Amino acid sequence: MSKKQSNQPTTDNQSLLGYFAKQEKVFPKRVWGQYRKLKWAAMIVLLGIYYCVPFLRWERGPGLPDQAVLIDLPARRAYWFWIEIWPQEVFILTGVLILAAIALFFITSMLGRVWCGYACPQTVWTDLFVWVERIIQGDRNARKKLQQGPWTWEKFYKLTVTHLIWLAIAWATAGSFVLYFNDAPTLVKSFFEFDVSSTVMIFILSLTFSTYLMAGFAREQVCTYMCPYARFQSAMFDKDTLIIGYDSERGETRGKHKKGESWDNRGDCIDCTACVQVCPTGIDIRDGLQMECIACGLCVDACNNIMDKVGRPRGLVRYDTANHMAAKVKGGEEKFKFFRIRTIYYGALLCFVGGLMLYALLSRAPVELHVLHDRNPLFVQLSSGEIRNGYTIKILNKTHDHKLYHLSVDGLPDAQIDVSAAGDIDADSLYVPADSVSSYHINIRSNVDPDAPRDIVFTLEDHDQEVRDTYDAKFITKRK
Amino acid sequence: MSDDKHKPEIDEVSGVETTGHEWDGLQELNNPLPRWWVWVWLISIVWSIWYFVIYPAWPVPGGATEGTSGYTQYKELAESQAEIVARQAAYLERFEEASLEQIVNDPELYAFAVAGGASAFKDNCATCHGTGAEGAKGYPNLNDDDWLWGGRLSDIHQTLEYGIRADNWDTRMSQMPAFGKDGLLNAQEINAVVDYVLGLSGDEHHGDAHGAGAEIFQQQCASCHGTDGKGLREFGAPNLTDKIWLYGGDHATVYETVYYARAGMMPAWGGRLDENTIKQLTVYLHQLGGGEESVSNDEQEAIKPANH
Repeated sequence: MSKKQSNQPTTDNQSLLGYFAKQEKVFPKRVWGQYRKLKWAAMIVLLGIYYCVPFLRWERGPGLPDQAVLIDLPARRAYWFWIEIWPQEVFILTGVLILAAIALFFITSMLGRVWCGYACPQTVWTDLFVWVERIIQGDRNARKKLQQGPWTWEKFYKLTVTHLIWLAIAWATAGSFVLYFNDAPTLVKSFFEFDVSSTVMIFILSLTFSTYLMAGFAREQVCTYMCPYARFQSAMFDKDTLIIGYDSERGETRGKHKKGESWDNRGDCIDCTACVQVCPTGIDIRDGLQMECIACGLCVDACNNIMDKVGRPRGLVRYDTANHMAAKVKGGEEKFKFFRIRTIYYGALLCFVGGLMLYALLSRAPVELHVLHDRNPLFVQLSSGEIRNGYTIKILNKTHDHKLYHLSVDGLPDAQIDVSAAGDIDADSLYVPADSVSSYHINIRSNVDPDAPRDIVFTLEDHDQEVRDTYDAKFITKRK
Repeated sequence: MSDDKHKPEIDEVSGVETTGHEWDGLQELNNPLPRWWVWVWLISIVWSIWYFVIYPAWPVPGGATEGTSGYTQYKELAESQAEIVARQAAYLERFEEASLEQIVNDPELYAFAVAGGASAFKDNCATCHGTGAEGAKGYPNLNDDDWLWGGRLSDIHQTLEYGIRADNWDTRMSQMPAFGKDGLLNAQEINAVVDYVLGLSGDEHHGDAHGAGAEIFQQQCASCHGTDGKGLREFGAPNLTDKIWLYGGDHATVYETVYYARAGMMPAWGGRLDENTIKQLTVYLHQLGGGEESVSNDEQEAIKPANH
């Protein structure tokens, strides 16, 4: 490893603020190459999904929203194409989060921090904002000169235009977020008619502000200081994980190189700092693997372009594994080891949790019965000597049809079910409208001798006997 | 600690100054925090000052500073209560006009009545009848199917409105004689009649249907409790043949009942609660499980003689 300069950020201990390091603004230079292409493609796909999905339609039947992806908070329903989630199925969301976490571990152990480099919203929006900055203000040096220079008319209007476009993007981002919670075409229409609720407005304003702040100003500071994932992803690394690395064996001793000079007795690195100039987090990859590196691969593109120009082979900075690099030094060529204990158990875990989720989704019952025993009184002695227990039952009809259900109880002799409800309703015809929950209070009478609480089982069936659900409960007959 | 004597020690690998602290060979780097952290801290302080000004914050003798927005939780409570009253108003108009029979057949009004009745019950009735209307000794359990004065909607409504032995002209009224205290029966006679009464409700150790007790019962008790002991609701005379005892069904308690007599009392709620609340309570009590079907006048006439 080469001897390093101190990279300690500058502080002056003159005032309180002097103890804290100023943010060194990063001006990433434009670059072209395979990783940049991949990054553009990822950005277009991801932003396309984010901005367009609320407008996708999905026919569900009368009275139900036709938005493909919708979280309907007032009605307490979440829709994802053909999947519909009720509040008590929110564990599916937990499952999705667990699945996403394991998928992150799996991908990270194989390919390194590709999530950070290509898919993280912070990366994607920062990239978009930098692109806007470059279109308006020019490339790295022009931007640096403009922003660090004195105030001129040019600086004023270029910065104004940049910030206005940033705000417009931030506003569209915030607006799209709100569309996931409302019917998108309706909300867009009412927005242009200046007729939106203050709640929607507050969400749009605060998200606009946070997008503008995070992608316009905070940028790599988020990855370095705020993001926990950036820190703990290194725990999934091993020596067979793909990382962005500088081949110091080949590169050192670095130094300037003039055309026609010999390449003998020196390294391939010409110390042009192209890799540093394109880095969105402003680090020098030649210092080795660093916490700040988001593995976007732009330095690889930059270095390859330079190597092409000076006529040396590509790959001085490259995606590689530590083991592979070390093997190459010894002269051997080691294969990439994608199947390792780490990736196998992450993969197995991924399949297991994915299978569980799939099972939960496929076995989702179209009807659910819940029974709650009355707490006070626990039982009632009737004049005939019979004993009565009261229960509140909830029937969840998750189908899109109105249903009549039949309730029965097992485990009690001569059990008689009475339903307390408006009108004449008996246990043979409990009505639940389509896609909703109905609650009934029922009383069960039975001629049993006072004894220990009895185990009983409620069974609910629809009239076609297509679906059923059971619930275990107790029948209490005496005080302790 | 003196800063001027402190010589910064530089970590070889990173080139960063260390704090000089060392734990088992691990040294702490003295990387400075980012400056925007300080700004976030300062903004938080400004925010808190703004908050102190806008909202009630500082405790002072006799309360707290009011805050320029005039916000208090009491006001918020009053607002949300007004909202609820406004929401109820939509039902109240229909509710006022509906008869009790109409209410129990209309799902919306029924739900409104049960919810309102449940909360009115806890405020006004639970003191004696218990929060679950389960009753206690001397206070009837309102969940069961045993009614002293009747379990139809109209009966329950009348009981609530005028009370029982209450300070009201229309109250339900009756008086059981204190057979022992007033010397109408002697101890031996009371014991005999108590045995007979216990037998009526199926207690196998008692109940000589043809003995002295039976005779005394027919002479002294049957006028109110009926010749068969099944009670008479016009007088609030309980059915003595069922399994439910308001004061207790053991020999000593029944003896006490006959000796001193019983006369439970319930206030008339007509003047205390508004008509809507009484209607809500009526529906609530009726649906607890013992409510009786309303019958037409003809059927009522047909049932009556059977009780005598």
